[in-house]
Amino acid sequence: MTATLPGPGTRTTARPRTRHDRQFDRIRAREEAGTFKAPVQGRFFSKFRSNKLAMIGLVVFSVIVLASICAPLLTTHDPQQINLRAMLQPPSADHWFGTDRTGRDVFARVLYGGQVSILVGLGSALMATIIGVLIGIYTAYVGGWVDALAMRISEILMAFPQIILVLMLVAILGQSLSNLVLIFTLTGWGGIYRMARARMLSLREEDYVQALRAFGLAPALIAYKHILPNALGPIMVNTTLSTAAFILQEAGLSFLGLGVPLSTPTWGNILNVAQDLRVLENNWWLWLPVGIVISLFVLSVNLIGDGLRDATDPSQQG
Amino acid sequence: MPQNDLVDDQEGRVTALAAARQAVPAPEEPILELKDVKIHFAVTAGVFKRVVGHVRAVDGIDLQVRRGEVLGLVGESGCGKTTLGKGILQLVNITNGSVTYRGNGETVDLAELDSKALTPFRKRLQIVFQDPYSSLNPAFTIFGSLEDPLKKYGVTTRAERRRVIGDLLEAVNMSRDAMDRYPHEFSGGQRQRIGIARALCVEPELIVCDEAVSALDVSIQAQVLQLLMELKRDKNLTYIFITHDLSVTEYLCDRIAVMYLGKIVELCDAEDLYANALHPYTEALLSAIPVADLDKQTERIVLEGDVPSPVDPPSGCRFHPRCRHARDICRQAEPPLKRYEIDGRDHYAACHLIEREAAD
Repeated sequence: MTATLPGPGTRTTARPRTRHDRQFDRIRAREEAGTFKAPVQGRFFSKFRSNKLAMIGLVVFSVIVLASICAPLLTTHDPQQINLRAMLQPPSADHWFGTDRTGRDVFARVLYGGQVSILVGLGSALMATIIGVLIGIYTAYVGGWVDALAMRISEILMAFPQIILVLMLVAILGQSLSNLVLIFTLTGWGGIYRMARARMLSLREEDYVQALRAFGLAPALIAYKHILPNALGPIMVNTTLSTAAFILQEAGLSFLGLGVPLSTPTWGNILNVAQDLRVLENNWWLWLPVGIVISLFVLSVNLIGDGLRDATDPSQQG
Repeated sequence: MPQNDLVDDQEGRVTALAAARQAVPAPEEPILELKDVKIHFAVTAGVFKRVVGHVRAVDGIDLQVRRGEVLGLVGESGCGKTTLGKGILQLVNITNGSVTYRGNGETVDLAELDSKALTPFRKRLQIVFQDPYSSLNPAFTIFGSLEDPLKKYGVTTRAERRRVIGDLLEAVNMSRDAMDRYPHEFSGGQRQRIGIARALCVEPELIVCDEAVSALDVSIQAQVLQLLMELKRDKNLTYIFITHDLSVTEYLCDRIAVMYLGKIVELCDAEDLYANALHPYTEALLSAIPVADLDKQTERIVLEGDVPSPVDPPSGCRFHPRCRHARDICRQAEPPLKRYEIDGRDHYAACHLIEREAAD
């Protein structure tokens, strides 16, 4: 059969050769030489790896996370060290992102701030997603009073003014990072719960679900194992978006003195100073670098989320 | 339902006279017996979900399914045939009546069992769905979809499950390696065969084929029907074949039940239905079958209007607003499903006018 095929490199049409032609030629050359091996890794990983945007997202995400964790290695400045002789300095060799109004090094604050912000943003988003999906998928599948109860609880929590809820919880539990995650999870799971529930209500009527029911399989098995993968797409997008929202909300709460102490650097409270018009006009280094870092981080989470969704969708070839 | 002759016969309260009338010997115990099965859905309105009415999707069905037969269930869209099929499998709750299953020396009313007690009987009754595109889970390979049911019914090792699924796929004329592929990689006919394989994986005795070939084009229909008949012979299955296509039932069924608006209007052997339809509704349905013969002039009976709403069915005979023979009695009294005898075979029909015609 290979005898009738033109060998690598010989062209029969005038179509310009593309990257894929060369890739195919290489695969065929290896096949003919007998050295071709089918990839051993799973379909999921190979699809994720061949998704360029997702891989870029993963790289950016890893760089930002690693830089935050390794902050002490990357900068010699103390993010909380006030230096009144070096206020509002523009970027220089010593202060890469300049200094803020109390002379603290902005680069160091961005690095250390990532530790809190990533933990709060990603942690709350993941917790909210897990709780929302666990409750939404199951109660919507079972229906009846369980569903009605979950719906009412989520409505109460969503209708409750968030600030009051936060004040209450801070008053009871005190001010700390883990409480912040708890608060965001409590107030944030409703949105994802409703989305998961809505998806489930339409998916549970599909014939394949009826077929599984006809086998008498347990409701939890049908709901979580067989239906959930089909509901994951919009949920993942929602999770990545709420990551960004939580990072900014943390800044708002910290500004009111309800989140982490103001002296602790977070991306949110670095950005907060940009509410001043004078700073916006004259001291761009206070808000631009951290703004870019937040955008890049959210974007990378989003790209990874998209990549994960595509990799789990079997009808898209990798 | 004392006015219903069929019920009397089924409950064995047949008089000696009636027994003598019966030319054929009594058939063996039916595998499935429905008695006065009603499936109603509440219609709610307003903030407080007040019940303002009921959709009487299935409204008093008496039916016996004999072991090893193919029972056709025909009727137009919305007459409740699919709901009845799902009701038999307990996929929808039955409002009233009993669904008695007999097999392996057991006799149980499936409608009374809770989900746990139902489990051992789940594997005896299975279903094949109409839409091959929504009947397979797009997120799983065929193996992934079929694995859990097998696990539940005692195929414990993965290698064994792969062997069983491979065998099933071969039984429906597909290759073994189809099990590692996803549903979107198959055509409609292939998916339908996979759907049949799924129903077979727990070795059921009775399969409800819910419009199993309606979504396929005609050449594929023939293949799938052929396959169903071969499987029936090999595995000694019983089918309830739900369809709106009377040309399919002719080829396939031993007996046919015609449904209209949640009730059975006629029930008899397949040949008898095509030769001597008694009910005017059946006549109209039969006249709508296309015939590939230009010289043959058939009288086409066109039914006016739509099927009335099952929320508020017409008084008397449910078919009277569309029946060309309707008389006063049809508007007042609901005709029971009565037993007639044609050439020594049972023929049930629910129409006031049959006897009147005979009397004339």
